[in-house]
Amino acid sequence: MRNFAYAKASNSTEAIRLLGHSGAAKFLGGGTNLVDLMRENIEQPESLVDITSLLREIQENADGGVTIGAAARNSAVAAHRTIRERFPVLSQAILFGGSGQVRNMATIGGNLMQRTRCDYFYDAASRCNKRTPGAGCDAIDGFNRMHAILGWSPDCIATHPSDMCVALAALDASVEVEGRDGKRSIRFTEFHRLPGNTPHVETDLRPGELITSVTIPKLDAARRSVYRKVRDRSSYAFALVSVAAVLEVENGVVKTARLALGGVAHKPWRAGPAEEALQGSPANEASFGRAADTALAGAKGFAHNEFKIELAKRLIASTLADLARKDGAR
Amino acid sequence: MKQTLTLTINGKSYSDEVEPRLLLIHYLREVAGLTGPHIGCETSICGACTVMLDGMAVKSCTMFAVQAEGRSVLTIEGLAQNGKLDPLQEAFWNEHALQCGFCTPGMIMTARQLLADNPSPSEQEIRHGLEGNLCRCTGYQHIVNAVKAVAKAGGA
Repeated sequence: MRNFAYAKASNSTEAIRLLGHSGAAKFLGGGTNLVDLMRENIEQPESLVDITSLLREIQENADGGVTIGAAARNSAVAAHRTIRERFPVLSQAILFGGSGQVRNMATIGGNLMQRTRCDYFYDAASRCNKRTPGAGCDAIDGFNRMHAILGWSPDCIATHPSDMCVALAALDASVEVEGRDGKRSIRFTEFHRLPGNTPHVETDLRPGELITSVTIPKLDAARRSVYRKVRDRSSYAFALVSVAAVLEVENGVVKTARLALGGVAHKPWRAGPAEEALQGSPANEASFGRAADTALAGAKGFAHNEFKIELAKRLIASTLADLARKDGAR
Repeated sequence: MKQTLTLTINGKSYSDEVEPRLLLIHYLREVAGLTGPHIGCETSICGACTVMLDGMAVKSCTMFAVQAEGRSVLTIEGLAQNGKLDPLQEAFWNEHALQCGFCTPGMIMTARQLLADNPSPSEQEIRHGLEGNLCRCTGYQHIVNAVKAVAKAGGA
């Protein structure tokens, strides 16, 4: 590994100043992804600014939502009583990611910034437009079992690896950031980008900006929410397909529905049209099946991942059906 | 590029000049001379390098030593007191929860956290809690038995 300079920031202003804007420095959260990337020489920062000593509170807001400091540990967020009660989908999603040791180190901000686990991205002998813009993509005609079926481009078919982010997308969260030009808030669903012809640009963050917190607005319906994940083995694996779902049913009719998918796209995939299809529909299998079809309309797979389309449809329909049952709340 | 690292390991204070790129596992094994934590995969998969950092199980191959500045590390060497094995070590011995033994230090440190969070875990919870640790001998059943035995006897 190339050597680098290391400094620990004691507040956000200092962190932003230490980072500078040359692009040669990076913020360091828990490092559970960045250390791996540096070991593989995929990331070669000249300096690291450790931001783990700032912004780790989990705060309940007056409106019933919560604001989570960017340096909060994944394990602390998953175990937080308010999160578990009001937003169980978030707690469950976090516990489906990584392992206990990883969740103890990993931060919320870092989870948003983690990079794809596409094997071709990690393999320096392969072509990858994300690693070397313009080089080409070896995944499209390669072993692409783990790759995208929605929103991909001819330049990149990688997926976003996070479980937590899928829940945050469903919950209409926002990301608060701070830079030299001040603070701003980014809608969670607009934070991560689709690959287009610039797959190396993964988020809406501007150079030098720091994620300070993530806010989840009040959503009473989220008390009945769930995260489901299908993977090749039952623990410590990335999702083939995952679903974060919120469902509120009144008198047999869907009052509120939120749906986001993981493992299927370059970003956590919020299924807005499927939510609209559900809204006001009878809470039954036919509606759930239609919502699943709507969510996957336009999906297109590759040689090794066509199966994900049907898998995602079935996962959506069965997850909604479970939530609709009286005892569906977990 | 070296900087001073000061931390506590197994209750003892250490201070050394280290490069920021030095991983904690390499610091523990090569500088501090504590070879209990093992290097298995060095890609944060196998968990053989697990130590406790301020009471939380972490993978010491996936963090820089400088990230442990001012913090408290517990390795497998820090468990036995006055020559007496701690309950988890004793249970791994009694239940034959090791074959080659390579994964054992990491398994024990993770199990320690598991029992601290949940003193009477179900078999399923034990298996879930140990998901970040691999045993290449596949001796998982005896490992689960050892953790169960400690829980039954009242904790680690």
